[in-house]
Amino acid sequence: MSAPVLEARKVTMQFGGLKALSEFELVIEPRELVGLIGPNGAGKTTAFNAITGVYPPSSGDVILSGERVNGQRPHQICGKGIARTFQNIRLFKQLSAIDNVRIACHQRAQAGFAAAVLRSGGFLADEERITRRAEEFLQVMGLAHRRDEQARNLPYGEQRRLEIARALATGPKLLCLDEPAAGMNASEKVSLMELVRKIRDDFGLAILIIEHDMRVVMGISERLVVLDHGVTIAKGSPEVVRKDPKVIEAYLGDSYLEEKHIAVPVGGGK
Amino acid sequence: MKPLIALRSVAPLLLTGILVALVQGSLPDYWYFVLVVAGINIILAVSLNIVNGFTGQFSIGHAGFMAVGAYTAAKIVMSTRGLVSTGAGEQLVFLGALAAGMVTAAIAGFLVGMPSLRLRGDYLAIVTLGFNEIIRVIIENSEFLGQATGISGLPKLTTLAYVGMAAAITVMVAVRLLQSTHGRALLAIREDEVAAEAMGVDTTGYKVRAFVIAAALAGLAGGLLVFYLQLCTPKSFTFIKSIEVVAMIVLGGLGSVSGAFLTAAVLTILLETLRGFSEYRMVVYSLLLIFFMLGRPAGLFGTREIWDLLPRWRRKAAAGGAP
Ligand SMILES: Nc1ncnc2c1ncn2[C@@H]1O[C@H](COP(=O)(O)OP(=O)(O)O)[C@@H](O)[C@H]1O
Ligand SMILES: [Mg+2]
Repeated sequence: MSAPVLEARKVTMQFGGLKALSEFELVIEPRELVGLIGPNGAGKTTAFNAITGVYPPSSGDVILSGERVNGQRPHQICGKGIARTFQNIRLFKQLSAIDNVRIACHQRAQAGFAAAVLRSGGFLADEERITRRAEEFLQVMGLAHRRDEQARNLPYGEQRRLEIARALATGPKLLCLDEPAAGMNASEKVSLMELVRKIRDDFGLAILIIEHDMRVVMGISERLVVLDHGVTIAKGSPEVVRKDPKVIEAYLGDSYLEEKHIAVPVGGGK
Repeated sequence: MKPLIALRSVAPLLLTGILVALVQGSLPDYWYFVLVVAGINIILAVSLNIVNGFTGQFSIGHAGFMAVGAYTAAKIVMSTRGLVSTGAGEQLVFLGALAAGMVTAAIAGFLVGMPSLRLRGDYLAIVTLGFNEIIRVIIENSEFLGQATGISGLPKLTTLAYVGMAAAITVMVAVRLLQSTHGRALLAIREDEVAAEAMGVDTTGYKVRAFVIAAALAGLAGGLLVFYLQLCTPKSFTFIKSIEVVAMIVLGGLGSVSGAFLTAAVLTILLETLRGFSEYRMVVYSLLLIFFMLGRPAGLFGTREIWDLLPRWRRKAAAGGAP
């Protein structure tokens, strides 16, 4: 029995007078697919930032595969097996698609600065391995044909997928996706959710996915956690959460209710 | 296989050395001088570009690190005079002194970079500018370092061949770094520091390393300069000199090695040929900067290299031929 990939224990994040996240509790087992939902400003991104070390939590513990990582820098936490994407796409815009992904393979390189300058055999082997790996992830995300194109020149949907390819290339045990479907139309959302499930199945990793619109992740998540004003108001299976009065109230008046409902039917078991 | 790998490591260096050694005997004094200065400026521009262009930080105190390297080398050579009698011995001491200058400049780079690179970009500009001035004030008040008059009577040990090889080393370090996982880590920091950190890049560590490498190379340039001028004074390492280097890389295109190389060479030659105008040097730089900022803010080459501008098939061939 392996340890959970993530344990968040009473994680609280205080920005001045604002408690953006309070006593956040979340345990994710290997290969689980969990949805983190809630209205805008609920503290979902803040939860990601606390877990991945962008901001050290004001209090509480973040434990990755049994190791407490509070206060560690994001690159160290990344090395422990967490990778993420960003709500507002943060690609290395002027670099090619392949370089974006190769940077994520950075921690796999063994050759140092001197080896790079002297072009040692070990260095060349490293580069070869990194390039292969990066090409594989481009392939997986259907971006092989964009290999040498600058990230900023890719269409929006491909930029989102490139960000996922980049996160995957770090070799995570837990992949955190921050509103990966934002700005997509209904059919794009459906195919993205299918892709997310496929990634989980093929790579055998756990996924935590943030989504503003709960219907989008309903179909693929085994569990949902609902945040509102930094407080966890509900957790459990999608069927239970959907009927929870507190959830319905939190979403009441939220603009998405007026939009056409987007049901994402992703059938089939694991 | 092994010797081949060793050859690949140093081939650019050997080629430059041989080339310059062949040429330098037949050059008129004036052109010899211009090329030495151009070579030194190439070292400065290409090395500063590792920090300002690749990594996206803004350092404006490169001349301070030149001074540290120059004074270290000058003091070492002058204090060992008389101990070595043979020409070969003198050359060895000189090379050792240059290396020592690189080390002290690197240490200074570490001490300046470590605290300021943890902070946001603008702090580095202020701290490096301050560092440059502090170094100047220290020198001008230190009897040990000859105060404002500096250290004179240095032997003329810098040759065009040495400068050429040092420039070749600098270009080799920059280009090969750029095409490696370490160089990509630096570029990632320039593009998006938060994302770089999230993808496993130790951003502080890499910024400090880039800064230390650039400082060491500036120290080398400083050592070479004073042993060509045979004089080591604080006047060679003022804030003006730092700005000159920044201007070169901004004009060439931040992030472009060949851009920095070309602008450093062309500007030096241009300004040295127009010696009579040397008082207007800063005016020329300012006008060029304003002109470029208005017309071509990314500099001549932007972040691209000259070979990126070649037709596609040539680029492919070049990429295939030189892994
Ligand atoms: N760095 C920060 N400084 C101050 N307040 C912040 C910061 N980051 C987020 N917040 C605040 O925390 C709250 C939650 O934000 P966020 O986590 O981005 O919400 P969500 O991702 O659920 O839409 C918001 O009120 C936001 O303004
Ligand atoms: Mg958010």
